[in-house]
Amino acid sequence: MTHCMKGFQAGLRFQSTGPQASARAATAALKESLGGFSFELTDQQKEFQEVARKFAREEIVPAALSYDKSGEYPFPLIKRAWDLGLINGHIPEDCGGMGLGIFDSCLITEELAFGCTGVQTAIEANSLGQMPVIIAGNDAQKKKYLGRMAEEPLMCAYCVTEPGAGSDVAGIKTRAVKKGDEYVVNGQKMWITNGGKANWYFLLALTDPDPKCPTSRAFTGFIVEADTPGVQPGRKELNMGQRCSDTRGITFEDVRIPKENVLIGEGAGFKIAMGAFDKTRPPVAAGATGLAQRALEEATKYALERKTFGKFIAEHQAVSFLLAEMAMKVELARMAYQRAAWEVDQGRRNTYYASIAKAFAGDIANQCAADAVQIFGGNGFNSEYPVEKLMRDAKIYQIYEGTAQIQRLIISREHLGKFKQ
Amino acid sequence: MHRSSEVKHVASYLNTRGCECFGQPCESHCPVLTDRTIHVQLKTFIKIRVKPDRTGVVTDGVKHSMNPFCEIAVEEAIKLKEKKLVKEVVAVSCGPQQVQETIRTALAMGADRGIHVEVSGKDYETLGPLQVSKIFAALAKKEQADLIILGKQAIDDDCNQTGQMTAALLDWPQGTFASEMTLEADKLKVVREVDGGLETIKIKLPAVVTADLRLNTPRYATLPNIMKAKKKKIANVKPADLGVDVCSRLEVLKVDEPPQRQAGVKVETVDDLVGKLKEAGRV
Repeated sequence: MTHCMKGFQAGLRFQSTGPQASARAATAALKESLGGFSFELTDQQKEFQEVARKFAREEIVPAALSYDKSGEYPFPLIKRAWDLGLINGHIPEDCGGMGLGIFDSCLITEELAFGCTGVQTAIEANSLGQMPVIIAGNDAQKKKYLGRMAEEPLMCAYCVTEPGAGSDVAGIKTRAVKKGDEYVVNGQKMWITNGGKANWYFLLALTDPDPKCPTSRAFTGFIVEADTPGVQPGRKELNMGQRCSDTRGITFEDVRIPKENVLIGEGAGFKIAMGAFDKTRPPVAAGATGLAQRALEEATKYALERKTFGKFIAEHQAVSFLLAEMAMKVELARMAYQRAAWEVDQGRRNTYYASIAKAFAGDIANQCAADAVQIFGGNGFNSEYPVEKLMRDAKIYQIYEGTAQIQRLIISREHLGKFKQ
Repeated sequence: MHRSSEVKHVASYLNTRGCECFGQPCESHCPVLTDRTIHVQLKTFIKIRVKPDRTGVVTDGVKHSMNPFCEIAVEEAIKLKEKKLVKEVVAVSCGPQQVQETIRTALAMGADRGIHVEVSGKDYETLGPLQVSKIFAALAKKEQADLIILGKQAIDDDCNQTGQMTAALLDWPQGTFASEMTLEADKLKVVREVDGGLETIKIKLPAVVTADLRLNTPRYATLPNIMKAKKKKIANVKPADLGVDVCSRLEVLKVDEPPQRQAGVKVETVDDLVGKLKEAGRV
């Protein structure tokens, strides 16, 4: 720095008097009258977001490409995130966690997803697996299974989907039969994230096969230790995107589960499994938003560097309009997941908002990723540039955690239900 | 005076500064203009603009965060505490309300408590190394500190004066540009990065050390520590309470941008090059 700065004082310039101050006073008065609605984050939320952002951009982004190519499980990154307290945030404080709300978790999730959604999904699967225990576990179960997650960087998984039943959860066939003080489980699960890395699973199984038994009483939720004899994870599946995430089929062959590991009681499973979604859909929407944000930033950076027809491509309206539309979608997706998360943190049923957020974010993530590839042109199609990975990673957001079609089913049902009242 | 393992510790003057990149890629931290401006990983090009009245640089809307060298200083202090060589780490910053955020970051990294020396408005605009050193010297005496660690310089004004002046005002030894420091009983061994290489000195406590880049790699604040930091205390103090007059003896006459780079001239041969250099009087 050769520039001579004699007596130059930098730093914050706070004009504490003058026109700016009276403008601020007027705004403060307006704030009072607007009441509770606010887009402001608390200081703590901003700090959490800062840490997640720094971690994602400094540690996840540089490593993401190689994990995508090798498909290797990003355990070092997960361990780092665990050290920083970025995962398992929603584990209650009395189990060693931080008892964060869904909103705070979403802020963190969006930042991590910006880095790599494969890594973020591996982490998010923990939330999904834990949620049934958090909402329905008794004290002993919580202390045992959530406590150990806070003590060591362990993974868990949510085992509901089967080769023959995804959206139609009521159609699952994995059978749990009571034998004395145990349940014996037989069946096949599929597409289980963290299937090969989990320390324990949340398992949904059919306990009452009588066709006259209503869905709401036919299933039971269990906690299964992964090392229980008979639990056989299959091979790691090679997927289109989020390749470093570990997805497997799991076979359950005469697996014995102690009755202490039943959540709530026999027949309560369906409600627990569905109840978990209200809390896990907003973070998934946040993840999709993080991906879309990444697409937007990469595309914008490129558009300000690449020239064609004598100008930066960002100066051509065709491209700047694409960027504008991407920006619109990202902002709206963010507001949607924030509303959904906030609703459930207020203690209200947020199904309507959670589905809207997840449906919208999943769709726009795909659109933004594809638009980003478009803006990169030929380079976008190439694996040396970051956006083709985004397009491959984005697709699953319209499929897992409730397909785009199922979300529309839920939204229409909720909407019509409200209308009829 | 007796100092063994009971060393109290006043950590750095935490600079809450903007980053002056002047269009050059900035490796350490960079201000982002809004929450979601185009932020390209670490190498961000942010144009710093001189204010229209030429009295300084535009800082409105520029995000401020802890000076990177101060982060290193805080990290070193916390490491000493973890090794149980030091009893307490106190993080201090001078400035308006906003610096409390920076102190909180230090608390989240592991400092025990904070002191916010309130300086705002016109006083803050003219606050410089001399006044800060006076504040520090006064605080060091009040808190009975045994060791002060600061960043070697702020990355916006690059003064590189506060550490040295503080030591002089206290009549304490100083180990500046430290790339390594080891506490040995009541003496401090400091390896300094100097122009000729590395210089190792031993200084007696109480002392002032300024942190250079290679001293350590600052840790992230973890989320649980951020939550714990909320319970840690930040005391509010005014310079007047410490008997320090923050009036500046300096007046900024003007601030200019660096001269615009002139386009270069292309030459065909080496002879042409020599000819042009001779013309320009450079050879």
